[in-house]
Amino acid sequence: MSLLEISGVNKTFGGLKALDDVNLSVREGTVHAIIGPNGAGKSTLLNAIIGKLIPDNGTVTFNGEDIVGHKPHEINQAGISRVFQTPEIFGELSIMENMMIPLLAHRDGAFKMNPWKRSDDEADLIDKAHHFLDDVNLWGKKDTIAGSLSRGDKRRLELAMCLSQDPKLLLLDEPTAGMARADTNNTIDLLKQIASRGITMAIIEHDMHVVFSLAERISVLAQGHVIVEGTPEEIKVDPKVREAYLGGAEV
Amino acid sequence: MDAILLQILNGLDKGGAYALIALGLTLIFGTLGVVNFAHGALFMLGAFCAVSLNKMMTASVKVKDESVTFFEAFKEVPYLELWLGETGTTLISWSVPLSILLAIPVMLFIGLAMERGLIRHFYRRPHADQILVTFGLAIVLQEIVKASFGANPHPQAVPEMFSGTANVGALFGLGDNIVYPIWRLVYFFFSMSIIGMVFAFLQFTTFGMVVRAGMADRETVQLLGINITKRFSIVFGLAAVVSGLAGLMYTPILPPDYHIGMDFLVLSFVVVVVGGMGSLPGAVLAGFLLGILQSFASMNEVKSVLPGIDQIIIYLIAMVVLLVRPRGLLGRKGVMED
Amino acid sequence: MNTVATKKKDNLMVLIFAAVVLSMPVWLQPFGAAYPDLMQKFVIFGLFAVGFNILFGQTGYLSFGHAAFIGVGSYATVWVFKLYTMNIVPAILFGVLVSGVFALVIGFICLRRTGIYFSILTLALAQMSYNLAYSVLTPITNGETGLQLSLDDPRAWDAAQVQGEGIPATNFFGMEMSAWDGLFGFYVCAAVLILGFYISVRITRSSFGSMLRGIKTNQQRMTYTGLNTRPYALSAFVISGMYAGLAGSLMAAVDPLAGAERMQWTASGEVVLMTILGGVGTLIGPVLGAAVIKYFENIFSAINTSVLADFYSFLPDGLIDIFVGVSALFVGKGWHLTLGLMFMLVVIFLPGGIMEGIDRIKNRFAKKPQQD
Repeated sequence: MSLLEISGVNKTFGGLKALDDVNLSVREGTVHAIIGPNGAGKSTLLNAIIGKLIPDNGTVTFNGEDIVGHKPHEINQAGISRVFQTPEIFGELSIMENMMIPLLAHRDGAFKMNPWKRSDDEADLIDKAHHFLDDVNLWGKKDTIAGSLSRGDKRRLELAMCLSQDPKLLLLDEPTAGMARADTNNTIDLLKQIASRGITMAIIEHDMHVVFSLAERISVLAQGHVIVEGTPEEIKVDPKVREAYLGGAEV
Repeated sequence: MDAILLQILNGLDKGGAYALIALGLTLIFGTLGVVNFAHGALFMLGAFCAVSLNKMMTASVKVKDESVTFFEAFKEVPYLELWLGETGTTLISWSVPLSILLAIPVMLFIGLAMERGLIRHFYRRPHADQILVTFGLAIVLQEIVKASFGANPHPQAVPEMFSGTANVGALFGLGDNIVYPIWRLVYFFFSMSIIGMVFAFLQFTTFGMVVRAGMADRETVQLLGINITKRFSIVFGLAAVVSGLAGLMYTPILPPDYHIGMDFLVLSFVVVVVGGMGSLPGAVLAGFLLGILQSFASMNEVKSVLPGIDQIIIYLIAMVVLLVRPRGLLGRKGVMED
Repeated sequence: MNTVATKKKDNLMVLIFAAVVLSMPVWLQPFGAAYPDLMQKFVIFGLFAVGFNILFGQTGYLSFGHAAFIGVGSYATVWVFKLYTMNIVPAILFGVLVSGVFALVIGFICLRRTGIYFSILTLALAQMSYNLAYSVLTPITNGETGLQLSLDDPRAWDAAQVQGEGIPATNFFGMEMSAWDGLFGFYVCAAVLILGFYISVRITRSSFGSMLRGIKTNQQRMTYTGLNTRPYALSAFVISGMYAGLAGSLMAAVDPLAGAERMQWTASGEVVLMTILGGVGTLIGPVLGAAVIKYFENIFSAINTSVLADFYSFLPDGLIDIFVGVSALFVGKGWHLTLGLMFMLVVIFLPGGIMEGIDRIKNRFAKKPQQD
């Protein structure tokens, strides 16, 4: 069964067609990679899914419900979390507080007035934060101001924040961009572990090593259009993919 | 019909002042990305250029008053009259237009000094800091003027040929009911020509082209290797001169006091927001629009239906515009949205 | 800043705060500031700044119109005095309620925009309220004269009590605010400040407080974390508006009149300065900033040229005039010049305010032993 179903989505900026009749379906419990050359419309597609921009037409169905036109926070509450290309965290707050916010959002919904109870009395949420921070090796730094972390730690923190919301679908925008090889391998292991828990993932990635280590399905986007969709083995041998990458040194 | 035309005329001089200040605010904002709360103070400083020149020209000496024959009487006679006779008197009556010559270098200097000395260090600071430091500067400038010129307004006269009223109605063949102070017409044409000059400067010179490109996309222009920062400080000086002249020429219409700048600043901000942050034509359009609407709102017929509307019309329009069209009338997407 | 706040530490902080505030009449003696009028100002403006900090310091929205809520609070309070009772409790409650409703309306409009648009909108709306108070709303505000009590006010609930000569005084269940040479009024205000401070500590440590700081730090992440930021920001706006209204009500309670000049943009600018001078986003900073500014305002405004001449009397004759002339610019009526300069200096050199300054000094001392 497909968890996310994108059909006939178009988006034009000025005269430029960023998304051209995109059809894509992410099956529940799989890791689905979206690859393609620069400017192919990958980030635009993610933005259309999370409600940052509204497609000109077409439908985006998540868990059987059309989410086009819904506000970003409603889409997140429906179960979609996104890790951004440059980590979007609360830079002035401690790691612990960075974790508390998504945990509260997950438990209390989009808005709940709770100005009296101390956050440090929320024992169950703190336990959860502990668990997810342990996963990314950040529990020891829980009182550090997030903005002072290294880029890799920021990414891991953002990942932990998204995971703590128990998302049905996790969107990752180049989770290993700018990472050293060893770091990349760690991240791959971490993502594999997450996938093994049954969380559905859609990944945008340039690094083919990452893509082929993780993905069960791959969609190739070129000039705003999905040119091929298939298993990694199918994609590897597809001539259209090589063509799209102009010689495709990476493939 | 006559009444409507008269109200439009009434709004033009005020609209001109709003437009000129808003133009300067927008130029600075568009190029430097700085929200200048001290911009009203520049308007005020311009006005006090006129006051200062008038004070200098009327520096006077006590002489015996010959017209009084019963006893020894003295009167104050300005040196200029003593030395030049009639010509001196005429010169003094021209003090406001003459002070333009003084104000251009003075305001340019003040503008450059402000940019070099203070604003420059705030380009990379958060907008809140820019607002706060220019707000503090506005208070300082205003208090300095208060300490040197006192708290009372300083009425300024206009040259004789521009005093009195013009029968505008007759000019358009609309009957004799529409009479209008000449100086206000002068102010309108003055503001239009300054606006015209600024636009021509931006449109037809290479310098202006770079500035416009910088307003549209600062990073790209910098990547081309053009030193924007240097040009932008000249823009700041230019904006200071424009606001200064706007204040200077306004002195015969509204006697300036030390807080005239703040009064105009709040309104000019509203003008900029209504016109669209970062849009020069928007600033001009909204300036005149709000000036005219304000003068309509102060008609007795309107006030009797909606009491107090003249006090709040500008703010009401600003609220409606922001709620319906958050970017303002001619605003571009993405300007200062975070 | 990096130390972790615990319940114990917070309770201790509130206790110390309460002790310091309540003992003001004692420890302000050597500063010559221990008279009730001035101490009431410290406390009331401190409360104003604490509330303002919830919006500006925690949520990151810079409002330039918060003085409007002071005005609304005072007018509402004086009207209760006039119509119903001179007891300050219902009057203050009503003042807070009305300013809360007013803040809800203003906030609903202004919070449709963020950043500088928000600042300009609040400035414009406050200026509009100020203009209205002077014009159309004169029946409510009594225009330039200001709203005052008069002998023939109805005071419906007080009618049963025996009325003495003249206008009765504002009281707390019969205890007049001017009792104990005015000190009673001060203690009432101080109690309210301590309560207000405690509430702000609780808000800061609550999950609601985390949400506000989240909005300040990264509004985008908030949205994509499933949070609807607008009601959170609006709540912060209303809470801080109610604090300002409370401050306005207290002003009316100790001195029962209300004037539109309290609503001017300069008053709004003053609370911004108090907050940044003390330390934006810190708990104690705003109260400290308010006290420092009100203290210096009091000292500087009182200085005149003869005081200056005395002060410089050790100098040679010619120099005295020059020094007195220059210094006179900054004192007496020139206090606002000093205020403006302070504003600039703090923003330029100490954006974190006094609290940051204290931290810096602490760190310097803390580091020394390691170097040795």
